[in-house]
Amino acid sequence: MSLDFKFAPDDFGGFFRDETFRETFTYTNSNPRRFPFPFDRDDYMYSVNMEPHVPGRPGTAFEHVFDVDEHYIAEMIDRAKVLAEDPLRCQSLPHMTLAGWDVLELIMEAKARDYPQWFSLTKDGNRWHWVNRPLGIEQSFTFLDESTLPYPPFEYIMRQTQGDWTLQDERDGTLWMDAGIATSQADWSVDFDVGMNFHEWHAPVPLAHEKGVFDRALKFLLKLQHGAPVRRFNWTMTVNPLLDTAPETYPKWGPMKATITPENLGQKQHLRVELQTLYRLPRSNAIAFDIRCYLCSFDQIVTVPKWARRLHRVIRDLPEELATYKGFIRNRPAMVEWLSKYDDGAPTSPGWWPDD
Amino acid sequence: MKTDLTPIDAPSIKSRPVYAPLEPRAGKLHVIVADDAGADAVADMLVKANNRSEMLSAIHVMYCPGPTGTDGSAKLEALGAAQFFRAPTIPALMPRLVRVLSDAHMGTQFYLAGTESLIGQAEREIMNTGFPFASIQKEQRGSTLRRVQCVHCKGITENVATDPFKCSHCGLSLFVRDHYSRRMAAFQGVNIDAEDPGLVPESVVRFK
Repeated sequence: MSLDFKFAPDDFGGFFRDETFRETFTYTNSNPRRFPFPFDRDDYMYSVNMEPHVPGRPGTAFEHVFDVDEHYIAEMIDRAKVLAEDPLRCQSLPHMTLAGWDVLELIMEAKARDYPQWFSLTKDGNRWHWVNRPLGIEQSFTFLDESTLPYPPFEYIMRQTQGDWTLQDERDGTLWMDAGIATSQADWSVDFDVGMNFHEWHAPVPLAHEKGVFDRALKFLLKLQHGAPVRRFNWTMTVNPLLDTAPETYPKWGPMKATITPENLGQKQHLRVELQTLYRLPRSNAIAFDIRCYLCSFDQIVTVPKWARRLHRVIRDLPEELATYKGFIRNRPAMVEWLSKYDDGAPTSPGWWPDD
Repeated sequence: MKTDLTPIDAPSIKSRPVYAPLEPRAGKLHVIVADDAGADAVADMLVKANNRSEMLSAIHVMYCPGPTGTDGSAKLEALGAAQFFRAPTIPALMPRLVRVLSDAHMGTQFYLAGTESLIGQAEREIMNTGFPFASIQKEQRGSTLRRVQCVHCKGITENVATDPFKCSHCGLSLFVRDHYSRRMAAFQGVNIDAEDPGLVPESVVRFK
């Protein structure tokens, strides 16, 4: 598995892009309007902002439970590289194996149902057969028998799934992040955070604790029911389309933040959106948390006039603590200056969607 | 160097452990792990015990001197616990704790006192054996030097006094992030000059 398959960009009708998230940075969006723009108004402050994760508009990132988009193969190649460089990016404490099976089942069933042209799952009791055509994987295995897979169940399915994931065990009235994988994260360390409870792993976030955001979010999540997933957005900024902005490798990618000029900003500066979804798992009663990363360059965002106006206002008016925590305080003035050219002051309509 | 001491109980850090004075509790076995000025915390706790001699007959004390040389072992030994052990350092103390834990039954009470480094490492061993959170008491006393994990090379630097400091393993200049992992028993250190290599602010003494 992992890197040993041949990626032929012409396969699957040329749907999957042959692109990179490192060195040459050839990542781009064929259709920027598909990007899940996260701001439904002209300003931003932390909130719990959860809503049911139900299938949404066709042709958007919300059409299916799991969005398999044109970046799928390239992201999985990037993930395999990160895991080869640093195996600590995927960890599961011993009591989380059952939750790993739960999430494997959730993903395989949803993908086989929503993308039958790419994935299939057939079951004969506990004897399962899984086919992942884009990655060239075919696997017969026994559900709940670890010895029949080439990796533990969590890592096995994560090597075929976009987004960073954590699995939360519920005990003592809180959630414990006892398993996780992160290769496309906004500067947090799985290795450091695994084993922490809900308030502990959120400790570095400014302003939100005082607003009671985490107390309310935890209360909400403890009531999460199987079969009724929820979603919310988070966002930050990334210079270059880097999926892997891990604290571990900060000395490698940090210097890129200092390369922004007024001339290259539109192409290099990316809005990084996390579409976060949460699922209660049936056997383990754990909660799976999917942090799916989408990147869009400023050049591409401003092709949607409403998004251009709104992004300018959000970035301009963001509290200083948040710009610092999100790691773009040094480039904020340049961003605001660049974006201001695309904001004529006209009012924007409510909601995320483009107007036209 | 400027001195700017952050109080050990600064409320701003949500992942940091909460400390409170040790209280005597009922139990068949009392495991006391302490270093540095934690010896005083243990003595103060025993003053509050109304069945002091009965409690002492069920106490196992493991102690080592603190990172700045504070040694309260004579005072602790003089208390007259059923078992007293003095180790030279925390790493030398741990194997004995692990051995004691392998025999300890539910209902054992744990008392951890002294530096955050000692408390964190002892707590990690105790929790790994499955004892409930509620059976562990922690009181910080003495040195506030920190144990910090470099998020880049994963090496742990003991007794960090300044912020930023140089990682004792990879040599990067790290600032101490207000983020604490019980699994690591350590704070997180992050490279301070990654974006502008060489631009390292002056070190400030934050922990003593």
